[in-house]
Amino acid sequence: MKGYNFAYLDEQTKRMIRRALLKAVAIPGHQVPFGSREMPLPYGWGTGGIQVTASILGPDDVLKVIDQGADDTTNAVSIRRFFARTAGVATTTHTAEATVIQTRHRIPETPLREDQIIVYQVPQPEPLFRLEPSRVETRRMHALADYGLMHVKLYEDIARHGQISISYDYPVLVNGRYLMSPSPIPAFDNPKMDGMAALQLFGAGREKRIYAIPPWTQVRSLDFDDHPFRAINAPGNCGLCGASDSYLDEVVTDDKGGRLFVCSDTDHCAERRAAGHIGAEGLRDAVE
Amino acid sequence: MAYVAVKGGERAIDNAHAWLDGERRGNPATPAVSLSQIEGQLGRAVDRVMGEGSLYDRTLAALAIKQSQGDLIEAAFLLRAYRTTLPRFGYSRPLDTAEMPAQRRISAVFKDLPGGQILGPTYDYTHRLLDFGLAEADPATREPALAAAMDGPMPRVHDILSQEGLLEPDDQNGSAPSPAEPGDLTRQPLLFPAGRDVRLQALARGDEGFLLGLGYSTQRGYGGSHPFAGEIRMGEVTVEIEPPELGFAIDIGDIVVTECQMVNQFKGSKTAPPQFTRGYGLVFGFSERKAMAMALVDRAMRAAELGEDVTAPAQDIEFVLYHSDNIEATGFVEHLKLPHYVDFQSELQNVRRMRAEHARSHAEHAQEAAE
Repeated sequence: MKGYNFAYLDEQTKRMIRRALLKAVAIPGHQVPFGSREMPLPYGWGTGGIQVTASILGPDDVLKVIDQGADDTTNAVSIRRFFARTAGVATTTHTAEATVIQTRHRIPETPLREDQIIVYQVPQPEPLFRLEPSRVETRRMHALADYGLMHVKLYEDIARHGQISISYDYPVLVNGRYLMSPSPIPAFDNPKMDGMAALQLFGAGREKRIYAIPPWTQVRSLDFDDHPFRAINAPGNCGLCGASDSYLDEVVTDDKGGRLFVCSDTDHCAERRAAGHIGAEGLRDAVE
Repeated sequence: MAYVAVKGGERAIDNAHAWLDGERRGNPATPAVSLSQIEGQLGRAVDRVMGEGSLYDRTLAALAIKQSQGDLIEAAFLLRAYRTTLPRFGYSRPLDTAEMPAQRRISAVFKDLPGGQILGPTYDYTHRLLDFGLAEADPATREPALAAAMDGPMPRVHDILSQEGLLEPDDQNGSAPSPAEPGDLTRQPLLFPAGRDVRLQALARGDEGFLLGLGYSTQRGYGGSHPFAGEIRMGEVTVEIEPPELGFAIDIGDIVVTECQMVNQFKGSKTAPPQFTRGYGLVFGFSERKAMAMALVDRAMRAAELGEDVTAPAQDIEFVLYHSDNIEATGFVEHLKLPHYVDFQSELQNVRRMRAEHARSHAEHAQEAAE
């Protein structure tokens, strides 16, 4: 793009971010402060993820951007266009074709490979912020691995509700050391982080933090022996492709309580349908 | 009804932008507003956008205001996103506001003082009556009679007070700029403890409304510091840089700034005698409200350093600095309109599961009671 460097950021800034990324990879789950830049997209809309993507992107990369699991949500469209415009890289909607995947709120259903990198947009990198708003305090807690506050919160949940009431942004312990926010992905996606083949990078632009999980790292969702971690998903199968193991979105179809459950990962759903899988809704359409 | 996946995000965005362009232009029969009109006639808006946008460029600020239809936070955002792409050559030398020919200079602590009091182009004593004469295309203006005294020397009120030792010196309690390079929030992330250099930078870039509210809260008992407006100045000051390869300072231009020095009561501590303390505000352009609010909040944030109790929001450095930036705030507040249906879906399932658990345990209790 005329007047701008490849992928928008100048090379000095990219170097600063890459240094933060290297540090983050070396200390899995640890939040590394970085000199987050003002981006031409608003804070809270993926500026951290965009800066990380801009810093790792090369001309031969193939980029996929998803929001809520879908490639065609407006913000995903906007970010994909941003990189198509400023870096001129190839983009794709197919998980398997992408070398870099920037995501908000989901991990694709298709398992990622060693030659892929997933970049998460993170609104609030501090997993303890609801329990302790001061970052001076939470930094101290991380330094001492003092996570009693979080365990007490989970215990109180069980005492009060009979179960842990966190359904997304479910805290994880990385490499047995750092408590980490997985970003607001549904707890359903948490197990995918554990021992993932791909490099996982996290960018929080407004909060100016970067963190990472290197490939094949242990990521454990916090739980108790007598209350093991349980992923939540809607009961039933995808109405379009019939998948029984993918995360489902609930779509309201009328004002009489009609509901349809469909794959949140639109690429996964489309590929299954292309391969001949068909869900209940598809069958009904075929009959009509 | 067959479910149709919501497609067409790209087309929707294109259409929205086209609509926006039309809305911005307004009625084509009315002439488009020019940048020189905005720069010349909406100067206070330009000042605010330059301050919160952290870039002194009146023309670009005017362009941003035009592009954002007068939404000043959006305009500051445009300016910031442009600013971040500019190379940074170095630091200027400290501005010498004592040498600045003041267009306005007010002290609330002395009736008269060397250099005099100059009201300047202020709204202060206007009656807030709508002036229907301004509705005419080209209303008449009057020439002010400027006194010759304005060219005389104008020592700082703070220097006058310091002579008697009544005011804390500049270099006390880390108030002075550190000998090293001052911090820069646009390059390094905010970390704590945050030095006064970084705090003042954050306040200078901060939202006028937020600082106004916080400053006001200190006057109403939430962290009171008994302020007096020692001096307020507004004028055009020369910016100089000293390139290392030259070894002498060169003038790179003039900027208009508003400076506010608050004088605050201080009862003294174990180490310091009773004396007045300082709160400082400096803002681009003529932005007196913000400069004053900034000085109040700056002083409030020095509570811990001066051994005062930290009880009020304005005294909590972390609270103030993390929430004063309106570009960060507007982005994160408004991001709530982005889709969250994956999270909401997991919450739905969670609430349904918890309701089932609740109903089950209630039924059990009822049964136990019946038995």
